[in-house]
Amino acid sequence: MSAVIDDHGHAKDDHHHGDHHHGYGGMMRWITTTNHKDIGTMYLWFSFMMFMVGGTMALVIRAELFSPGLQIVNPDFFIQMTTMHGLIMVFGAIMPAFVGFANWLIPMQIGAPDMAFARMNNWSFWILPFAGSLLIMSFFVPGGAPGVGWTMYAPLTVQMGMGMDLTIFAVHLLGMSSIMGSINIVTTILNMRAPGMTLMKMPLFVWTWLITAYLLIASMPVLAGAVTMTLTDRHFGTSFFNAAGGGDPVLYQHIFWFFGHPEVYIIILPAFGVVSQILPAFSRKPLFGYASMVYATSSIAILSFIVWAHHMYTVGMPVTGQLFFMYATTLIAVPTACKIFNWLATMWRGSLTFETPMLFALGFLFLFTMGGFSGLVLALAAVDIQLHDTYYVVAHFHYVMVAGALFTAFGGIYFWLPKWTGKMYNETLGKWHFWLTMIFFNITFFVQHFSGLAGMPRRIPDYPLMFETWNKISSIGAFGFGFSQLLFLYIIVKAITSGEKAADKQWEGADSLEWTHLPSPAPYHSFETPPAIK
Amino acid sequence: MQQFSARKSGQWALIAGLFAIAAAGSAHALVWNLQPAATKIADDIHSLHEYVMVLIVVIFVGVFGVMFYSVFAHRKSKGHKAANFHENTTVEIIWTVIPFLILVVIAWPATRAVIAQKDTSNSDLTIKVTGHQWKWGYDYIKGEGEGISFVSKLSTPRDQIEGTAAKGENYLLEVDNELVVPVGKKIRILTTAADVIHAWGVPAFGAKQDAIPGFIRDIHFKAEKIGTFRGQCVELCGKEHGFMPIVVRVVSAEDYTKWVDGEKKKLAAAADDPAKVWTLDDIKARGEKVYAANCVACHQANGKGTPPAFPPLDGGKITIGPKAGHIDIVLNGKPNTAMAAFAKQLNDTDIAAVVTYERNAWGNKTGELIQPAEIKALRK
Repeated sequence: MSAVIDDHGHAKDDHHHGDHHHGYGGMMRWITTTNHKDIGTMYLWFSFMMFMVGGTMALVIRAELFSPGLQIVNPDFFIQMTTMHGLIMVFGAIMPAFVGFANWLIPMQIGAPDMAFARMNNWSFWILPFAGSLLIMSFFVPGGAPGVGWTMYAPLTVQMGMGMDLTIFAVHLLGMSSIMGSINIVTTILNMRAPGMTLMKMPLFVWTWLITAYLLIASMPVLAGAVTMTLTDRHFGTSFFNAAGGGDPVLYQHIFWFFGHPEVYIIILPAFGVVSQILPAFSRKPLFGYASMVYATSSIAILSFIVWAHHMYTVGMPVTGQLFFMYATTLIAVPTACKIFNWLATMWRGSLTFETPMLFALGFLFLFTMGGFSGLVLALAAVDIQLHDTYYVVAHFHYVMVAGALFTAFGGIYFWLPKWTGKMYNETLGKWHFWLTMIFFNITFFVQHFSGLAGMPRRIPDYPLMFETWNKISSIGAFGFGFSQLLFLYIIVKAITSGEKAADKQWEGADSLEWTHLPSPAPYHSFETPPAIK
Repeated sequence: MQQFSARKSGQWALIAGLFAIAAAGSAHALVWNLQPAATKIADDIHSLHEYVMVLIVVIFVGVFGVMFYSVFAHRKSKGHKAANFHENTTVEIIWTVIPFLILVVIAWPATRAVIAQKDTSNSDLTIKVTGHQWKWGYDYIKGEGEGISFVSKLSTPRDQIEGTAAKGENYLLEVDNELVVPVGKKIRILTTAADVIHAWGVPAFGAKQDAIPGFIRDIHFKAEKIGTFRGQCVELCGKEHGFMPIVVRVVSAEDYTKWVDGEKKKLAAAADDPAKVWTLDDIKARGEKVYAANCVACHQANGKGTPPAFPPLDGGKITIGPKAGHIDIVLNGKPNTAMAAFAKQLNDTDIAAVVTYERNAWGNKTGELIQPAEIKALRK
């Protein structure tokens, strides 16, 4: 630890850092906490619970699709499953996971003691369990959960029971939580950096979150508007999305996707940030093209607002509309390719080792690029006409969301667990987790490209016989994938309870402040006096 | 290392085994790619897709060739020491410009395909397609066959879906009334919907268009092969979304003319006289058929429905209440629910029959008989 420049002398202050039970103990500590680490931990556990709930729903879907015909669930319940699987995974699992990372890491990486608005931080988290409960409660009200798909297209939403209203309120709550979290993140990053930590010295993870937070602030209110209009169409006689009253069902889709496309980048940009921390650490080489990474991320964020209608090529836009959205969408490939090349250049002539975080980062790089390529195919309006709302789309966005965001979240957890808990996970089991996840993921989703190309629609509980083989393989893969995640839970719990002690700088090549300036586990208040930045 | 490769070969054996199990489960040949094209546009889409896939594979192999080279050559365990470069503006510019140029190369054929797809001018035949929960209505509105109008529903028997009978070859892709069009003629399809958004599409034609309630959209196709082509509704439209297929039979010009003649005769013969006076048993038997075709998906064969979304008719408030209310809900539907308005889908006789049936089936014993004339009077 000779490299540590720590002018608040954590060693002799250990008793002070350990003294974090000045508030409540037990459960009340977690309810009242304003500490970014406690809140980050709660975000991560909440997201894992939701991941298990959403995953169980996915397994119900895959079990029904194992064979043609209706065997396990009725069509109504099947569509409720696809709807809730999507909503829970997007809003309950992936987004909170990365907010958890943001909470844990941003103060440590910019040399701050905590987040800017500590009480609001508590509130942003504690909204989530209520939102999650509303979503799950919708199964138990008359009519059950809404069977409308996670996109909640009008006017099907008008036909749903009370579960739809609960879902709308859940979305409102989730939106509030995200907006508060984002304001907090922006304020923290802009105001609480240690002296000398200029914007262009921030770790890339912080940069990606700064940009993501702006995306959230700009897009979440749009979603809130869309679902509110749905609510008033349902109950108060408005006709925003009802042609008979002068509205337009397609308007809903425009509004939804104006939120929905930035949402995709809200999910993937923090993942880019995590990868940009992991790859240099295990290549033992600085990130290649730091500045261009920042610019590429910003370009992706700006472009994400002008491509929304590529989700709507089949609504019957004019030819100029199809062409504009096609060109704008393919343009996103340029900054994305830049990022991939920069990551490869980071590895090039490095000194590589392949611990679990690195494996997940490489898995991300490989599979996310495949998801990017299938995205390029889908961007071409003419080809998309064939693939729209088929399993090709399902395969595409699972390559981006699962292999993109989820793999990275796993990688990030393995990477920072030693810093967070001061304990090491079992490296052999971690590698097993990676390879099982990697293999079963591809068994599940790669074959869906084929059924999609051949024309199998999404969101159907039963299918023509020609799609049977791919669905069988996919279902087998899905169960393997699902059960492999129990291994992850075991590894994490084992590490926390009885892991070996981790070093302060567990990874040789890691160079951000939390590794160079803080012990493992990191003290309760990261930096009480700002560190000196070279 | 030994142990590692043993584990790896074990994994491959596992994967191969999974494929074998899965393949054994299906008698069908594997479908890998877009369905064989039957129109020029579908053919163009195939070429465009193949062209882009070739580019993608080349780039993929190139880029990940570099990655895997690095993974093998630059590993610490081989004693590779890390270099320290981390910036090079020239390289950055090159790898920004190259993807951009590749996009330009893709954009040219992609743009031409979009323009061809969107050109619905000069069609020989115009057919309006209306999406209903959960069937398709077809109206021939311009060209040979003008005036023909029918509803097309899934014809796969329920017991095949529930697994009590063996599944037929065209399981879930067969309908009672197929859309018939002549070969080599440009067909313009107008889509709309009666309730929620559906999507009409046939993969072999490279045609897909959402059917949006309250709006008319159009697409076109010109089939170059005689044959039967199948598709499915592709926009989630409620619980039976997976059960509303599209079947288009492309026939020669002569066969098409024959079909039109036959269809017109059938329409004339099938036209029910709304003044006919029916007996209870006759109209109940007719009503049972109408019920099986239109109502059974939600309200179930036993009339119990699946409450609360689909209320029971057996002992239901409306079905044993005053008949005026019962006829009204069948004619006009119930707003904001899946209960459709059947006024335009069924004729007077059918509506009279189904209402009579519902009022006298299961535990309902009203004994009332509704004549088509009553419905006719109520329509005004």
